[in-house]
Amino acid sequence: MKKNDKILLDHGSGGKISHAMIEEMMLPVFDNPILAQLNDGAEIKVGDERLAFSTDSYVVDPIFFPGGNIGDLAVNGTVNDLAMSGAVPMFLSVGLIIEEGFPAADLNVILCQMGLAAKKAVVLVVTGDTKVVPRGAADKIFINTSGIGRIPDGVQISGHRARPGDKILLSGTLADHGIAILTSREGMRFDSPVISDTAALNHLVQRMLAVDRDIHVLRDPTRGGLGTTLNEIAGQSKVGIHIAEERIPIKPDVAALCELLGFDPLYIANEGKLIAVISPDHADAVLAVLRADPLGKDACIIGEVVQTPAGRVILQTRIGGTRIVDMLTGEQLPRIC
Amino acid sequence: MSIKHLEEYRDPELARRLIDRIQSISSKSVGTKSVRLMEVCGTHTVSIFRSGIRSVLPDGISLVSGPGCPVCVTDQSDIDAFIAISRMDHVIVATFGDLIRVPGTDSSLQSERAGGRDIRVVYSALDALNIAKQHPDKRVVFLGVGFETTAPTIAASILTANFAGLTNYLVYSAHKTVPPALEVLVNAPDVHIDGLILPGHVSVILGSNAYMFLKTVHRKPCVIAGFEPVDILHAVSSLLSQIHAGKPELDNAYPRAVTPEGNPKAISVMDAVFEPVDAAWRGLGTIPRGGLKIREAYARFDAAIQFDIQVPEPVIPNGCACGDILKGIKIPPECALYKKRCTPVDPVGPCMVSSEGTCAAYYRYVSNL
Ligand code: SF4
Repeated sequence: MKKNDKILLDHGSGGKISHAMIEEMMLPVFDNPILAQLNDGAEIKVGDERLAFSTDSYVVDPIFFPGGNIGDLAVNGTVNDLAMSGAVPMFLSVGLIIEEGFPAADLNVILCQMGLAAKKAVVLVVTGDTKVVPRGAADKIFINTSGIGRIPDGVQISGHRARPGDKILLSGTLADHGIAILTSREGMRFDSPVISDTAALNHLVQRMLAVDRDIHVLRDPTRGGLGTTLNEIAGQSKVGIHIAEERIPIKPDVAALCELLGFDPLYIANEGKLIAVISPDHADAVLAVLRADPLGKDACIIGEVVQTPAGRVILQTRIGGTRIVDMLTGEQLPRIC
Repeated sequence: MSIKHLEEYRDPELARRLIDRIQSISSKSVGTKSVRLMEVCGTHTVSIFRSGIRSVLPDGISLVSGPGCPVCVTDQSDIDAFIAISRMDHVIVATFGDLIRVPGTDSSLQSERAGGRDIRVVYSALDALNIAKQHPDKRVVFLGVGFETTAPTIAASILTANFAGLTNYLVYSAHKTVPPALEVLVNAPDVHIDGLILPGHVSVILGSNAYMFLKTVHRKPCVIAGFEPVDILHAVSSLLSQIHAGKPELDNAYPRAVTPEGNPKAISVMDAVFEPVDAAWRGLGTIPRGGLKIREAYARFDAAIQFDIQVPEPVIPNGCACGDILKGIKIPPECALYKKRCTPVDPVGPCMVSSEGTCAAYYRYVSNL
């Protein structure tokens, strides 16, 4: 970054610009091999235990949306970050930054939802912190959650492990969360609103691991969407990824709204979906496990890993054409999580 | 539009048949010169790239993008005026998101926002109107860019503000009109185009008759097309048939939305508030009657009149070829800055900023050329 540059919303978009900032400004400062992996959760060794450790802040606007609120989103989000390393999430911390004047009743609803989400995910919130800032110094409420989980023996999940021939599995329909947020923010009213998919995926991941201990890569395509996440994997593993548009599940109303609003669903955030890169021998078994679970009932094999072009994601379109899928550049939807 | 409707126009089978037809027409004319078709509208450009249409067309048929990205054709002096307005005290600027990142001569709305100016992204002029209602102590300026598609809703917002007696709502009109620009384009000696894919949305408002001059005066093959891959393949096939038969037509291939007369209600709202004016287009220069200005009767809503807007002498970024790209003379890889100095992360020209810009589309969807 240049001397007089300012931090822009783009820097928090999860796309190319965020990545550039992390690489330029953060990696050199915190210089260590664990951070340099850039996985969703860090893997740390304590004695013989392998632990996953992750943190995330939630600034979603609006704080209440169809299918959830900032509270359950904050719990599920960090649980999922841990789950994506194959870990069994155990403990969470919760930090609240609340704007002066925030309704106590709303806070109560948010906390209750957090409690329920933690119970469902079977994690304990063991420590926390609350700060109240003057009106205008924060927008209503921001939440940070951090979490720790235990990585079972033999599990080696990492963005670096995609191999040519591997299958790419997607656990369900794309873009539900981002479109739910956008439509509720814009006050668009529908008879049946689009519902956020926010959900904890940790139990599902353990079921997948039970049939394939050797899952290569797991990611939840949150900010930046499927397109950005697949690019991250292609970059980390130095492989190409081919996906077929026809096989990517998306709800018809979500597709129509994306069309209407001019968004590409490949870049819209999801909060209860995962991408798994699985060796071809196990792909069908893992797919069956996914489809047997309500959170994975629409799962599909959407493509596969190829040798070249390394670092690139290629989409075969419905009409049989091809194009590249790049990382998200520029803010598409600010403050979706 | 119903959802099933959309699916139908994405049908892979139907697409296959159209591609076969295109191939057969083009193979019949082996040896003839290559064919250049222009998609005028930015939404078409994006759909073409997203669906990979270029990759399924036979060699010898090229699709070139035209001046149909509203943000891209907005003149540098207008961009500078937007920035100047955003710096004024007690002003909230309401704008479509695409404008935020366009570099002006010495700043961008994005940098002004990061510097503390109140600049809000809205999805329609009516959102801007609501902001004005909520902030009676501020003047809310909506940045009006776009073609005949957006102009009617912005006109309606002015009529609503007038009716409601809202005194703090203003519009800066940088609206452009499509038919005069097409006239300039087909007359330009350096532009070589064999057929035009005409914009669907604009045509919904204006009606197909608005383009009759292209057939009768200029004898250009034309198709009005929808935005689904099948619509566009159909348009290509129709243009090829016209070209090879030597019979230019004005084919309305989007009859599910476009009538000969267009939408008279939208046209009358637009006419009530706006009048044609000579307007500067980036790349195309000043086009006679190529823009819309707010009529005198509504001058109190006109930010260009109500504010004393001082802009620097506009400087077009050195080496940016947006002008030629908007005319279909160059393609982005022919710009020396493309993918080097100019990327979506750090764009030099508007064609790399707007989601409908040709440079951004190349960058996003075309692998290393
Ligand atoms: S690549 Fe950038 S500099 Fe070149 S024409 Fe496009 S926008 Fe302008």
